[in-house]
Amino acid sequence: MITFEAMCQMASVEPGELERWIAERWVLPESESSSYVFTEFDVARVRLIVELRRDLAVDEEAVPIVLRLLDQLYATRRRMRSLLRALESLPEEHRAAVRRHFSED
Amino acid sequence: MARSPYEVLGVARDASEEDIRRAYRRLAKQHHPDLNPGNKEAEARFKEVSAANDLLSDAAKRARYDRGEIDETGAEKPQYRANYRGFAEGPDGAKYYTTEGVAPEDLEDLFAIFGRGAGVGGAGGEGPFARRTHIRMRGADQHYMLTIDFLEAINGAKKRLQLAPDKSLDVTIPPGLRDGQILRLKHQGGDGVGGGPRGDALIEVHVAPHPLFRRDGDDIHVELPVTIAEAALGGRISVPAPDGAVTMTVPAGSNTGTRLRLRGKGAPKPDGSRGDEYVTLKVMLPEGGDKALADFLREWAPKHPYDPRRGTEPA
Repeated sequence: MITFEAMCQMASVEPGELERWIAERWVLPESESSSYVFTEFDVARVRLIVELRRDLAVDEEAVPIVLRLLDQLYATRRRMRSLLRALESLPEEHRAAVRRHFSED
Repeated sequence: MARSPYEVLGVARDASEEDIRRAYRRLAKQHHPDLNPGNKEAEARFKEVSAANDLLSDAAKRARYDRGEIDETGAEKPQYRANYRGFAEGPDGAKYYTTEGVAPEDLEDLFAIFGRGAGVGGAGGEGPFARRTHIRMRGADQHYMLTIDFLEAINGAKKRLQLAPDKSLDVTIPPGLRDGQILRLKHQGGDGVGGGPRGDALIEVHVAPHPLFRRDGDDIHVELPVTIAEAALGGRISVPAPDGAVTMTVPAGSNTGTRLRLRGKGAPKPDGSRGDEYVTLKVMLPEGGDKALADFLREWAPKHPYDPRRGTEPA
């Protein structure tokens, strides 16, 4: 588990900025009761936001849209992957049928 | 041979900071791994572009690169961690975007497709979809930063990284550690999934500067004040060294800028040998002046002229 301070250091983000992102719900701490606690996933997300803002000069207003689209894309890929795993467990003749289907497209 | 960071960003060697920033943003937008998911080539390009930008956007690093002191990967290779996608597509990915609401319909569609196309049973408990795919995954690597004292880096140390009130990590600093070095603690990272092994903890260690010592590779440099008598007549003086003070002989006729070497008093190297310590002398007059010395010099100087500024006159 990662503290607020550790997050600021790991993702090179100013505390005030991180507070704002949490308030905007761009980042969802695991615990908000007494002090914030983050996971590695959150660190990666904060790093992504830092990169979008600082390196790619994405406007503050555009950040939630970019995040939303990226998350949708990843969710789709996540589900595609579970579909692929399900396909792998099919008997070979069925997998061959699926392959034929895709090569016809 | 890797390309120079200037080639990577497509800028001239005398490009301004603004030119570099603009070039980096243009390329980063094009190749960012989150905008090119699964595209290995874009990921590699992005890493290359990020590394080039890290180097050129830092005036100190850029100057060192231009002087040929560091190569295009920089003294410490920048660790770009484009792992958001890894998490977002991973088992916990639903945290920021859940597909729960639509999943049942989608699944029905899938069953329908397979029921029709591949002749597998319907949405009952039988078909392949009833089988739970067992996922076994290695835990994520966790990154931490740690700053240690100069002498701890030279002599080695044991440090404790407090991760949470109830969780800490003991880190052994190997003697001779360099600034920015990354230590890998096997299996101290995130928990594995489904019986997979734990990830590693990666600790980036930074070394705080020392008021006396300066490090250059495995060598240590120190500037040491000596009296005018020690410089002129020679003598034995005590010199600070990383593992305590050592005695050194100053040869007669030494000067400000005279550099003496203490063999094997530098930083330990991985092969067990050590770098050297270089002591640069700095001749100091007595503080506040000294009347006897001044009287002597008034007498001495006219009879012993010398010109330490020879060759420094403007052409």
